[in-house]
Amino acid sequence: MVTDLSGWAVTAVAVLGVCSVACGIAVFVVDSMARATFALLASFLAVAGVLLVLDLVYLAVVTALMMTIEMAIMAVFMIMFMMNPAGLMPMTMVHNARGSAVAGAGVFGVLVGGIWTIDWPVRRGAVPVDATRQLGEAIMGSHMLVMLVTGVGLFATILAGTVLATARGRYDRFGADLTGAKPDDPIPGGLPR
Amino acid sequence: MSGDVGLQILLTVAAGLVGVGLFGALSQQSIVMVMMGLELVLNGVLLAAGAAWYFIAPDLPDGQMLAVMALVVMAVEMAMGFAVTVAIYRARQVDMVDAARDLRG
Repeated sequence: MVTDLSGWAVTAVAVLGVCSVACGIAVFVVDSMARATFALLASFLAVAGVLLVLDLVYLAVVTALMMTIEMAIMAVFMIMFMMNPAGLMPMTMVHNARGSAVAGAGVFGVLVGGIWTIDWPVRRGAVPVDATRQLGEAIMGSHMLVMLVTGVGLFATILAGTVLATARGRYDRFGADLTGAKPDDPIPGGLPR
Repeated sequence: MSGDVGLQILLTVAAGLVGVGLFGALSQQSIVMVMMGLELVLNGVLLAAGAAWYFIAPDLPDGQMLAVMALVVMAVEMAMGFAVTVAIYRARQVDMVDAARDLRG
């Protein structure tokens, strides 16, 4: 049973691990919202690289692709809603920074204390030849309930997100009791119920 | 990196991500920046799940399933976060959490 990462893998994990945390810190240090977004993307890509080294090829690729698209969307939202998206002037938008730093450092300390004092179980089994196949068989077999619940949750998210983001719903158009004969639209001509 | 400390080192990196993300989520005033802090926390969970799978029980898919769940939670958090951001901005032109203080329960 091989439990070691050796050679280039150790170097890659070390570099990528440091990069992920450094880029995570950069998210809250840089002035520009756009730079913060891409620093977060860099942190995700570094973690995807670590997953790649750990033979989790599918999860690494999914993480990289999903987060790249997600951060691109987030950059658009930054420019839409936030002031100073390009970082043309110094910017600090924080509250209770000291308390937050204490909370973050405290949680980190507790986690590290637990990580280095727990007697971790001995590794069982070996890395499968195809980890993606192992995941796929679990999703379609022993862990199908997890994916069913996940699917329902994602569907509910789609519905809730659409409802929240809709500018004017039926109650705006037809009144609180939905008895309006004609829709009250800013620009007439909307379809009736 | 031996298997004995490899798990601890990667979990320490994950704890660093969780700590930094928690700091960001608690300290930032911008709603989108709060979401970025939460994403960093989930990034740490993702890394920890992958490390746990590799160093503890690679013959079981549970670690991978946990990583998949972390990815799903990330997607849900981003979608709902953006929807809430759009809704609150549309309703009262608010993009800072301090300006929505009256929503606190």
